[in-house]
Amino acid sequence: MQALGPLILSWRSVLAPGIVALTAVVTMLVGSGLSEDESESVGWIALTGLVAAAIASLAASGDHIVTFGGSLIIDDYTAFFYLLIPVCSAVVVLFSFDYVAALGLPATEYYALLLFATTGMMLMAGAGDLIVMFLGLETMSISAYVMAAMAQRDPKSSEAGLKYFLLGAFSTGFLLYGIALLYGATGSIKLEAVAQMVRKHSIALSPFVLLGLGLILVGFGFKVAAAPFHVWTPDAYEGAPTSVTALMAVGIKLGAFAGFIRVLLIYLAPLHAQWSGVLWALAALSMTVGNLAALAQENIKRMLAYSAIAHAGYILVGMTAGRSEVGPALLYYLLGYAFANLGAFAVLVAVEQAQQSGTKLDDLSGLARNHPMLAAAMALFMLSLMGMPPLAGFVGKFYIFSVALESRYVWLVIIATLNSVVSAYYYARVIVAMYMREGAERQAQTRQPTLLFALAVAALATVIIGLLPHPYISASSAAYASAEQVLRPATAALQTK
Amino acid sequence: MTTWFPVALMTAFAALVVGLMVTINAIVGPRSRDPVKGEAFECGNPPSGSAWRRFSVHFYLTAILFLVFDVEVVFLYPWAVTIRQLGATGLVEAGIFIVLMLAGLIYALRRGMLDWS
Amino acid sequence: MTPINYYLGLGALLFAIGTVGVLIRRNLIVVFMSIELMLNAVNLTFIALGRAMGSADGQVIVFFVMIVAGVEAAVGLGIILAAFRNRLTVNADEFNLLRW
Repeated sequence: MQALGPLILSWRSVLAPGIVALTAVVTMLVGSGLSEDESESVGWIALTGLVAAAIASLAASGDHIVTFGGSLIIDDYTAFFYLLIPVCSAVVVLFSFDYVAALGLPATEYYALLLFATTGMMLMAGAGDLIVMFLGLETMSISAYVMAAMAQRDPKSSEAGLKYFLLGAFSTGFLLYGIALLYGATGSIKLEAVAQMVRKHSIALSPFVLLGLGLILVGFGFKVAAAPFHVWTPDAYEGAPTSVTALMAVGIKLGAFAGFIRVLLIYLAPLHAQWSGVLWALAALSMTVGNLAALAQENIKRMLAYSAIAHAGYILVGMTAGRSEVGPALLYYLLGYAFANLGAFAVLVAVEQAQQSGTKLDDLSGLARNHPMLAAAMALFMLSLMGMPPLAGFVGKFYIFSVALESRYVWLVIIATLNSVVSAYYYARVIVAMYMREGAERQAQTRQPTLLFALAVAALATVIIGLLPHPYISASSAAYASAEQVLRPATAALQTK
Repeated sequence: MTTWFPVALMTAFAALVVGLMVTINAIVGPRSRDPVKGEAFECGNPPSGSAWRRFSVHFYLTAILFLVFDVEVVFLYPWAVTIRQLGATGLVEAGIFIVLMLAGLIYALRRGMLDWS
Repeated sequence: MTPINYYLGLGALLFAIGTVGVLIRRNLIVVFMSIELMLNAVNLTFIALGRAMGSADGQVIVFFVMIVAGVEAAVGLGIILAAFRNRLTVNADEFNLLRW
């Protein structure tokens, strides 16, 4: 038994993703033994697993363990995402129940893949070396490729899956080559060792490191949908079933940014001078392209895709600043972004179901009269994404922009602010359509308690996180500070010199 | 320069011989073309049907299953090499891995991927 | 022994061929093959670097990349098959339902 001691310690530290992965396997086995109608109930198994994982992650907060030979880091940063990611996936499960049945998606596979994707996102947040980061990224991406193409009879869905898959796999190649070059230059794939090596000036500026850094930026740029690596985003978001789009817009973004922020802002911080220029351009381009293209969209899913690109741009503004003050702002922003987007997609799912319609802007006309609650919720989420005080979106944006301004990125903040103004137009269009345009009389909707519950969670979170930001900001600060702790002694030494 | 000279010589000689053989064959060799000779070779049987027919999707599923399981077993080799050093920890971890693969196999069986009837 | 630069050069060359293949070929299967070529170029790079530095990490990574490539092949071919059944083509230019 003694020999198993380290193993037990390690497994305690991966409890949360372990629970999700185990639930995925159970879902797969139980669901495949049931008939098609019965199998829809495996959603409850998935939900239970996700909630259990969220609770387990609460129990792990405050720990600071590095396990599996440095491959996994359990600190408050990890715990933050170990809590947030399963909660977001659980909300997606909540509004999937009837949607999966209505679209005729294979329920067992849907929920199992959702759980596998969630596992991957969580691993990305906790990865301590580049290879676990890569495996987490692939676990989440490959599950998402299948989910996007899951509505087999719908040519749009398989086309979305196809484009998502091809460009995703393409970007994986770049990321992996970047990892290889970084490994070659520093002799290690452990993030901590890499960080120590790049602090030495002679290695930091070797072409291997710079090329590797560039390729890693390309790889992550694809995953977080930053322009000019965003071309797959609108197509994949539009064609995929709406609940899957929600997972792509929220979960995948969270996982990718969790990994991206940890790698770049914490471990590759010594190279800030090298990567900040590139991120500056990515941020400016993402915001501009995303917001301008969103203006012209008639399909709301496609509009939200461009909005997601723009929001990736805002987050990149913060990352460009690269100071440790910006870390909490980024985490807080992700929090607000996640719930507002989840809510918006939940409303779209509800509308699709209640009206048997698509997700065009016209389909929302007159929603305020037919379904006042849905319209009010949608308006709330749009206002938060727009950045209207006092909602979460506003506080997050304000926080990021002010830190960027302190770091003297004046032009970038000007571009970002102009973009926010532009974005108000297309978010407002949705509200105008719902409240001021006449729509056809529609039948009353079927009541879906789980969907309404999901909507309520998202709406409450959006309001509370914005109105009472302090507990969330301090949680974000604690999370980011604990991730930075790894390098504290070294950074201190640098500053005294 | 001198060390690589034999290689260059060898390459040139090989190219010469092959070139000669192909050229002489093309000039001197007898030729006869008829439909029977143009047929696809199916081990002596008269060929039947078109080569462009569709295959059952089962071939595809089986190939995928084979691919996935075959590739994943690769993880057992490093474990086999270091089985003594890893001890109980390695045994438990490999056990978890094998159980997960079994779960995949059970899933595939239940979905009828190996059902050829 | 062959210098490591040769391996790295070959890896870079294969990676470049794969990238160009993805960008200019229109047959989905060929595009997919090009992606696999990129992954294998990376594998070669990892192996060469690992051997040059005398660390096993490079080889361990290759195991994982192989698995990922295998899973990607399974999923990717499945998606291409599903797309083919809907559209009866594997030409990338003909997948144009989704555009702005």
